[in-house]
Amino acid sequence: MSNSTNQRGFFFNVDWLTVLLYLILCAVGWFNIHSAVYDPRHPGFVDFDTNYGKQFIFIMSSIVLSIVILLLDNRFFITFASVFYVITIILLIAVLVVGRNVGGNQAWIPLGSFRLQPSEFAKVTTVMLLARYLSGTNIRVTEWRSFLTAGAIIGLPMLLIMLQPDTGSTLVFCSLIFVLYREGLSPYFLVTIALMIILFVLTLLLNQLYLAIGVVAIGLLLIWIFRRFRQVMLTVLIGIVISVVFIFSVKYIYLHVLKQHQKERIDILLGLTSDLRKKGYNVNQSKIAIGSGKLWGKGYLQGTQTKYSFVPEQSTDFIFCTIGEEWGFAGSVGLISLYLFLLLRLLMLAERQRSPFSRIYGYGVASVLFFHVIINIGMTVGVVPVIGIPLPFISYGGSSLWSFTILLFVMIKLDSNRMGTLVPN
Amino acid sequence: MNSFFARRYVVTAIFVTLCLTLLVRLFYMQIVEDKYFLASNNNVIRKFIMYPARGPILDRNNKILVQNEPVYDITVVPRQVKAFDTLAFCKMIGIDKEGFDKRFNKALKYSPYRTSIFEKQLPATLYASLQEKLSEFPGFDVQPRTIRTYPDSIAAHFLGYIGEVTDRDIEKSHGYYHPGDYIGRTGVEKAYEDLLRGQRGVKNLMVDSRNVAKGHFANGAYDTVAVAGKRLISSLDSRIQKLGEKLMKNKVGSIVAIEPSTGEILAFVSSPGYDPNLMVGRERGNNVAKLYEDPYNPLFIRPIQAYYPPGSSFKPLSALIALQQGIITPQTTYFCAGGYWAGNHMVKCTHHHGTTDLTLGIAGSCNVYFCSVFDKLMNEHGGKQTEATFTDWKAKVNLFGFGVKLGVDLPHEGRGNVPTALHYDNIHGKNHWRSSAIISLAIGQGELEATPLQLANVECTIANHGFYYTPHLIKSIGDSNIIKKEFIEKHQVGIDPQYFEPVIEGMHQVVQQGTARGSMIPGIDMCGKTGTAQNPHGKNHSLFVAFAPRNNPKIAIAVIVENSGDGGTWAAPIASFIVEKYLRDSITNRPSGITPKYYADANLLPPLPGQKPVVKPNRKLDTLGKENVDTTGKPPVQIKAVSHKNKNKKDTLLRILAAAQIKRKDDEQ
Repeated sequence: MSNSTNQRGFFFNVDWLTVLLYLILCAVGWFNIHSAVYDPRHPGFVDFDTNYGKQFIFIMSSIVLSIVILLLDNRFFITFASVFYVITIILLIAVLVVGRNVGGNQAWIPLGSFRLQPSEFAKVTTVMLLARYLSGTNIRVTEWRSFLTAGAIIGLPMLLIMLQPDTGSTLVFCSLIFVLYREGLSPYFLVTIALMIILFVLTLLLNQLYLAIGVVAIGLLLIWIFRRFRQVMLTVLIGIVISVVFIFSVKYIYLHVLKQHQKERIDILLGLTSDLRKKGYNVNQSKIAIGSGKLWGKGYLQGTQTKYSFVPEQSTDFIFCTIGEEWGFAGSVGLISLYLFLLLRLLMLAERQRSPFSRIYGYGVASVLFFHVIINIGMTVGVVPVIGIPLPFISYGGSSLWSFTILLFVMIKLDSNRMGTLVPN
Repeated sequence: MNSFFARRYVVTAIFVTLCLTLLVRLFYMQIVEDKYFLASNNNVIRKFIMYPARGPILDRNNKILVQNEPVYDITVVPRQVKAFDTLAFCKMIGIDKEGFDKRFNKALKYSPYRTSIFEKQLPATLYASLQEKLSEFPGFDVQPRTIRTYPDSIAAHFLGYIGEVTDRDIEKSHGYYHPGDYIGRTGVEKAYEDLLRGQRGVKNLMVDSRNVAKGHFANGAYDTVAVAGKRLISSLDSRIQKLGEKLMKNKVGSIVAIEPSTGEILAFVSSPGYDPNLMVGRERGNNVAKLYEDPYNPLFIRPIQAYYPPGSSFKPLSALIALQQGIITPQTTYFCAGGYWAGNHMVKCTHHHGTTDLTLGIAGSCNVYFCSVFDKLMNEHGGKQTEATFTDWKAKVNLFGFGVKLGVDLPHEGRGNVPTALHYDNIHGKNHWRSSAIISLAIGQGELEATPLQLANVECTIANHGFYYTPHLIKSIGDSNIIKKEFIEKHQVGIDPQYFEPVIEGMHQVVQQGTARGSMIPGIDMCGKTGTAQNPHGKNHSLFVAFAPRNNPKIAIAVIVENSGDGGTWAAPIASFIVEKYLRDSITNRPSGITPKYYADANLLPPLPGQKPVVKPNRKLDTLGKENVDTTGKPPVQIKAVSHKNKNKKDTLLRILAAAQIKRKDDEQ
């Protein structure tokens, strides 16, 4: 150990596998952005006016950023977690005042030729502060006080982002439920959320009265089965009451809380409307592009749906279309495997941490990435409503790439130091 | 590690499960389901049909009869249309605001992003003015096309016309035609459709979401080039065709002229006709409707579809069969006392010919002579064998092309009619009829019916001394001048050559001193035969068949002018002008004093049903010495002259009729 301690450089104990996965994903992203904006009449790789040219700069600067993170001390993140958090909150307020409105979202602060998107960085700092808070002594998620404080840490940036309004980025914070769960939150929360999603969909598809009767019937059956277990009976009873109340409030939420375009997106997903020319155009074209890839895809730069701009937002939110069309099912499997591999690796890294901060932070990173991957790809293949969030490391965009890089490399840095004596607080 | 360590597996399970869900979904979309793949091709690939130029048709002297003229379709992509001066635009292409909205909405309904045709077939002159201002009308574009155009406006029935394909055409073509394509409907356009249409090309272009072309699909591997249609050289001589149409103006009837040595049709006039240019362009629909409503039926192709009793023009044929059978010799004579008694009724003869031999029989068109010959022929094997003898005779007539389709290269050819023995059996009962019952066949009456083409073809046969070539309209195909094999095949009619001379001599005399002597052409030996086809509905049809010159005949002709009287009065002069024009390219002064202008100007259209027949005109109106021409002494009808003459009398009926005549003229412009 002493030997290795002497040799310990900045990159000692760095999990190179994760770094490798990161680099592969960035490369995949860059090539596909190139393909998405490729114009056969103007070939050439490095043109800094195009998206792939800019993305090249983003990737290079991200690598520099990651090296800087690895050079920093672990304590830096822990100590300044609240400072970073406050800064992002200020930025999130600032963006509402001075931000530039792009596509209906007031999410960007113009900085020279680039635009900074504070909501992307808010994910990092929120995860950091959450880890910082939950790793404190005498903090237990199972206690209401701690739970509410944790909820407030998550809820504040959500609220501000909702005001932009950027629904996609807001929902990303919901993924932190996995972190809370890992730290002791009752599984009923997860079950309840899953149940609510199912009931929401069913309510929109079915008659709510029949659905309520069905839920009550199933509940009574469960009560009868578990009649010997008073505790379970009580839980089910509460479940029934909440479910029925939820069912009857869905219509209200749907009609009065959701915005028109959100309702449309849900309707299209559930097949309640099918206007392929207007509202359903994006998803339909996205599905056509991916579906037409068949097993092996059309080949690099050979995609027609993406190249001839049938698919919108093809280098940002709909970048997976290019992959699906040009690399086919084989490419899709490859990419999702890469992500899954990265996620499982992150969970493994998190679990091997001695410090709770590092573990909680690791879970935060995995949860945020997981949410992005599932929602982004799910949206392009038409299994979740259209929610505009980027595909990590692959979608075009400086803010998102930088924030994902920081998110990931802070974890790598923490992990590289897991044997260290550092204990927070 | 804290007490919730096991929960890592729950989180892991959730991650794995949801990722697998995505993969299952992708497996379904990319491997199982085909519709996305098809939809993507549908999105991107646009097939552009490259239309070949339709083959032109020339006359025998390489003069163009029909060719292609560029016209311009205005196209629109509704989404690209921005605010512009609608009024100026409408004015420019000759539509009103309402019409604009109708067209625009139709295009919008089809697709806001794709090109629709906004207005079809603008002429080049309109296009020139529009093109200058096209940039002021974003979203609109102009697409060149070609339509058929007829420089001389002649030979409408011969050339036929093209029209948009129907669903049935598309079905029959096994997918060759697409909606909106054009196909030959009648005439040469239909008969030679396969050659004229050429070969379509296809361009597979890739387009982006705004329908902007981005290059060839698969680098043009599936593209084909359009091959222009074949050029056809027709046998028509546009000089005599034009003259024929002029002469037949305001008359009902036909002219068919054939070159005997080849079977090539030199003139093919069907009257009343129409300007073939009416069948193309923006006004086509209205024009067609008008032509359909015309009571004189200008779309009827009389040369091959109208049936006439050949009348006296049948006599040479009748004689030839008798000569071949050995029933008569050229020297055989019969005595004509002005009528022939067949059973209990008399077939009248126009004159008392006295002792009549073959040549005089033909020259004087003696009914008695031919009835006698026919009677002898039918009784050759005795009265009881009449039926068999008749059937044998019928077969011989069929050999001349009567009662059968000649096989001309035009669709809808009629076969005419030669009655069968069965026909008479049905009338009189089997074996209950003898030669007297069918005696009118001897003089080309009775049930005998022929098309003008068949009549002209018989003249070819006589001119050739016993054979004919299938009459045809197309002399050579394409640049290598191919001729169809069936058109160089001789058809023998079963009459030995030596029997023709006496018949031809008789026909020569018809023109020299007989019924058609008024139509004699100085310096040209024309052989002909007049005929008067009896018309139960009104005035007889004037009919004349001929060929010329007598030695080495160059042209055979049949002319029919309906409702005009005897053959010598109208048909023969018209035929003589055509013959002379063809042989000499000019028309000399005739000893009889007749001029083409008189015949061209005459209006012989029969009164329409519901109108009273026109009052017989005063003879003084005939500006020419008609007595010389009209051997039968019947003056020609001239409706126009009538209306002028009676102007002062304020005859209401005639004024209405005159108005109708003027209106018709307008329709034909």
